[in-house]
Amino acid sequence: MKLTLHVWRQKDARDPGGFKTYQLEDVTTHMSFLEMLDVLNQDLITAGEDPVAFDHDCREGVCGACGFVINGVAHGDQKGSTVCQLHMRHFADGDEVTIEPWRAKAFPVLRDLVVDRSAFDRILTAGGFISVRTGSAPEANSIPIPSEAAEHAMDFAECIGCGACVASCPNSAAMLFVGAKIAHLGLLPQGQPERERRALAMVEAMEREAFGSCTNYRACEAVCPKEISISGIARMNKDFRRALLSGSNRASGKRR
Amino acid sequence: MKLDARVPAGPLADKWMSLRDHLKLVSPANKRKRSIIVVGTGLAGGAAAASLGEMGYRVKAFCYQDSARRAHSIAAQGGINAAKNYQNDGDSVFRLFYDTIKGGDFRAREANVYRLAEVSNAIIDQCVAQGIPFAREYGGTLANRSFGGAQVSRTFYARGQTGQQLLLGAYSALNAQVAAGTVVVHPRTEMLDLVVVDGRARGIITRDMVSGAVECHVGDAVLLATGGYSNVYFLSTNAKGCNVTAVWRAHRRGAGFANPCFTQIHPTCIPQAGDYQSKLTLMSESLRNDGRVWVPIAEGDDRAPGDIPEAERDYYLERIYPAFGNLAPRDISSRAAKRMCDEGRGVGPGKRGVYLDFAEAIGRLGENVIRARYGNLFDMYERITGENPYRAPMRIYPAPHYTMGGLWVDYYLMSTIPGLFVLGEANFSDHGANRLGASALMQGLADGYFVAPYTLGEYLAGAKLEEVSPAHEACRATLHEVDQRTARLLGVRGSRTVDSFHRELGMLMLDRCGMSRTAEGLTEAIAAIGRLREAFWHEVKVPGAGAELNQELEKAGRVADHFELAELMCRDALARDESCGGHFREEHQTPDGEALRDDESFCNVTVWEHRGEGAEPAAHVESLEFETVQLAQRSYK
Amino acid sequence: MNLTQGLYSSTIGKKILMAVTGIILFGFVVGHMLGNLQLYLGAEQLNAYADKLQSLGPLLWVIRAGLAFCVGVHVVAAVQLWLRNRASRPVRYRLFRPPEVDYAARTMMWSGPIILLFILYHLGHLTVGCLHHDFIRGDVYHNVVTTFRIWWVAGFYMLANLLLAVHLYHGLWSLFQTFGWDHPLFGRARRWIAIGFAVLIGAGNVSLPLAVLAGVVR
Repeated sequence: MKLTLHVWRQKDARDPGGFKTYQLEDVTTHMSFLEMLDVLNQDLITAGEDPVAFDHDCREGVCGACGFVINGVAHGDQKGSTVCQLHMRHFADGDEVTIEPWRAKAFPVLRDLVVDRSAFDRILTAGGFISVRTGSAPEANSIPIPSEAAEHAMDFAECIGCGACVASCPNSAAMLFVGAKIAHLGLLPQGQPERERRALAMVEAMEREAFGSCTNYRACEAVCPKEISISGIARMNKDFRRALLSGSNRASGKRR
Repeated sequence: MKLDARVPAGPLADKWMSLRDHLKLVSPANKRKRSIIVVGTGLAGGAAAASLGEMGYRVKAFCYQDSARRAHSIAAQGGINAAKNYQNDGDSVFRLFYDTIKGGDFRAREANVYRLAEVSNAIIDQCVAQGIPFAREYGGTLANRSFGGAQVSRTFYARGQTGQQLLLGAYSALNAQVAAGTVVVHPRTEMLDLVVVDGRARGIITRDMVSGAVECHVGDAVLLATGGYSNVYFLSTNAKGCNVTAVWRAHRRGAGFANPCFTQIHPTCIPQAGDYQSKLTLMSESLRNDGRVWVPIAEGDDRAPGDIPEAERDYYLERIYPAFGNLAPRDISSRAAKRMCDEGRGVGPGKRGVYLDFAEAIGRLGENVIRARYGNLFDMYERITGENPYRAPMRIYPAPHYTMGGLWVDYYLMSTIPGLFVLGEANFSDHGANRLGASALMQGLADGYFVAPYTLGEYLAGAKLEEVSPAHEACRATLHEVDQRTARLLGVRGSRTVDSFHRELGMLMLDRCGMSRTAEGLTEAIAAIGRLREAFWHEVKVPGAGAELNQELEKAGRVADHFELAELMCRDALARDESCGGHFREEHQTPDGEALRDDESFCNVTVWEHRGEGAEPAAHVESLEFETVQLAQRSYK
Repeated sequence: MNLTQGLYSSTIGKKILMAVTGIILFGFVVGHMLGNLQLYLGAEQLNAYADKLQSLGPLLWVIRAGLAFCVGVHVVAAVQLWLRNRASRPVRYRLFRPPEVDYAARTMMWSGPIILLFILYHLGHLTVGCLHHDFIRGDVYHNVVTTFRIWWVAGFYMLANLLLAVHLYHGLWSLFQTFGWDHPLFGRARRWIAIGFAVLIGAGNVSLPLAVLAGVVR
């Protein structure tokens, strides 16, 4: 099939960027979306143009590297899937496809469709962990965890950190991402000692970045490739409120 | 090249603990002065960087991904082994050790493998404490499954995303150290060379993949945890960015490369759909617990699978390996699938595929049970192929997946360059000629959490290390070489894309140095690789410049290294004139087509020494002494 | 981060402030509506109720000040969040089709200002009387009935109250989320609780001008 692609091109962070239109012939339905871009890039290189830069790595939907907005929807229209798992059979001959990078002040564009998501790392660095020294852990079965609790924690732990939640939030909020990590660790007995400290530190770090606020629009949940529930946001809000109201707020985000 | 494995004396079961009792320690005050470079932030690198930071060293960690959390360990699906014996099915450290040695077809070092099994239990403890949501029994204790042909149930798992969860655990430990100020992570930074000063590894040359800035980072030791080299085949289950460059550059600087021809081809992957294919997707091996593998009995049978009657199907794994059936080990299953396709009985477009059929299991257990067990995998299969595996059998075909070969390391995980440690898949040490399922995660974390942090101290305490700054002559010279190489890649200005070369190399390697190999094919391949490499340096087209985000330039540098590695793999495969594990030389097989080892001549590790551009590499040998286990013919019949 | 900082400097803190003030204002809206429904019981009843409120004297002013403070905090927090949200995406998408999950969420930033304008108008209209064509201090029944006979006044009231209902629906639901009240037992019920209150309040408030317009209340 033939496609018309409108692709955001931007040389570097300073370049204002703009759309360029490409015609692509012979797209087959079994191709993944990224393979379609591979084919475009081979054509561009041969024609002496710069290929379209985009982040990608595992191409199995788990590393969270890939992601851009296709026709207005983060990761494209297929529910519960990343771009790399989207195949061209979901498009029709003659379709026009608009491809844009994640757009958020907190995710500056580095080139074309590549954005800087290091804000996510900074948030997790602030408190997205359970402090346990290597080799100091108790015997694994010494704390029984009900199967349901482990599964519930896993629902949130599955987050791949792709940033689609931010990209599709009208406010560019990172609540689903942060909520998922806080919920994951807060649902497990191991996560209890640092629960309030973690919520404070991570929320504080999130607020330092240029993300917006949550207005419960719930677009994040709808586009999340791992279909993470916004109940994680509720858990984050609760932990944050409890931490504010309890004494642990004096500890601030700093460890020890 | 001197190969001293430095295996401690004493009985196998006591070696590690008694060594630990006597390892030199670095005082806290000195630890603060020591800076360690860790390249790669997967399970091995992430765990090592976190543990070393926690011990008080100053650590710099590097990864090419945009976040340390995205290292390819994340894609491991199945699980992680440990000798906990929670299922009371008779498992033990010794059994895990023995299974791993046997699974590797007796081509790994006994002491290393025993230590791996020994620390496996501590890994599970550590991961649980970090908050990894492993699957649980209803009583709240940890659940296990049996995996990859093991007769005990020792695999811990978190849905089909065990690797992801373990990696996020290591990454969270890393983050705790970043917060504490002991570790600095450099994402989107690629190691392009190793700096050797006075014979010791003292730094690395990196390229900032956003700005293109090339820099030298110095340290007192360098840890490589950069994974395997399956992407030499172009189509593999590895992430697109996985590459051999860090390891290869270290090899060129003097690190011996051990058993490069030991690669693992995973039997259950989704077959290639077209020539635009960019990677192959693995379907967890656990599918073989309920799926039955078959091909039509007749050659070129083009009927839809449903139209082929039972009597005209060949359930070849059940037929050839009645004891293990569809659960036969990876190398054996992969080779059998290739044989079927070579006989013209392959299925699907391109005829490189076999059926993995759940009809019988669905009939026996009901669709709901199958959905509960494999729902995610079935969905993934349908997303990729557009076919519904509840209705029609899946099509699968083997794909390069893991590389057992890697940089040679001694018992301390130190390479032949003092101060250069190699961890995880990047080293050669634990899996011999074939890796068992759920053992890669175990090895990565064992090396990272529980081995390297101890053995590194011994090196640092014992070595006299002069102050080295990035202005050091060796740093400047190495950096200059890197710059020149980049300029050379950009300067070819040919007409062929990097990918087209990589694809051609991959096809050649898969054909000649893949699931089965012959002396003739390998000899031809070495010549063909040489020609292709020549062509690459004359015809490749790398657009753009060095000082910018340039993904083609990144790929070009990696492919250039893959050419050199490919040649060494073929040389190694040619030199290893026997069959063992994943290395199958057609000249050496039992009458019924199984790998035939030659323990007389090849109970050893081949370690290759780089001897300069254009010169043939030298082969050295570390012979493997088996004090505890009896070498046996690996039989799964 | 201490409590004040936490509430003021974080978006979640601001949402907590909005939720707390929202609850208070919601309580007022419920009380206000219940009071007004006495219109159906006749002039005497309604005017007596109004008298009783007036007789609270200084307490009435304390309540009014409190409510005004809540509105102020609610509005200031909303505006600050809105500004931050606008700034969070300096380069807009050319094509943006986030899944339409919660339409009410999108209405908050314009239903809010309209409701605020309505409140100001309403105060001038039926509390102070300066915007009323025939205002008689103390005769609430007269003031209400005579003005709602004017179709466009009644129409504006109805429109504003429908918006208020939508605003309350989303506000209530959001409040559960902001406070982290998401128990498995009532997680799903939250939406229905919010819808229920919104419908009741909307219906109650809209019914008044409608009843006058339709001649049910004369």
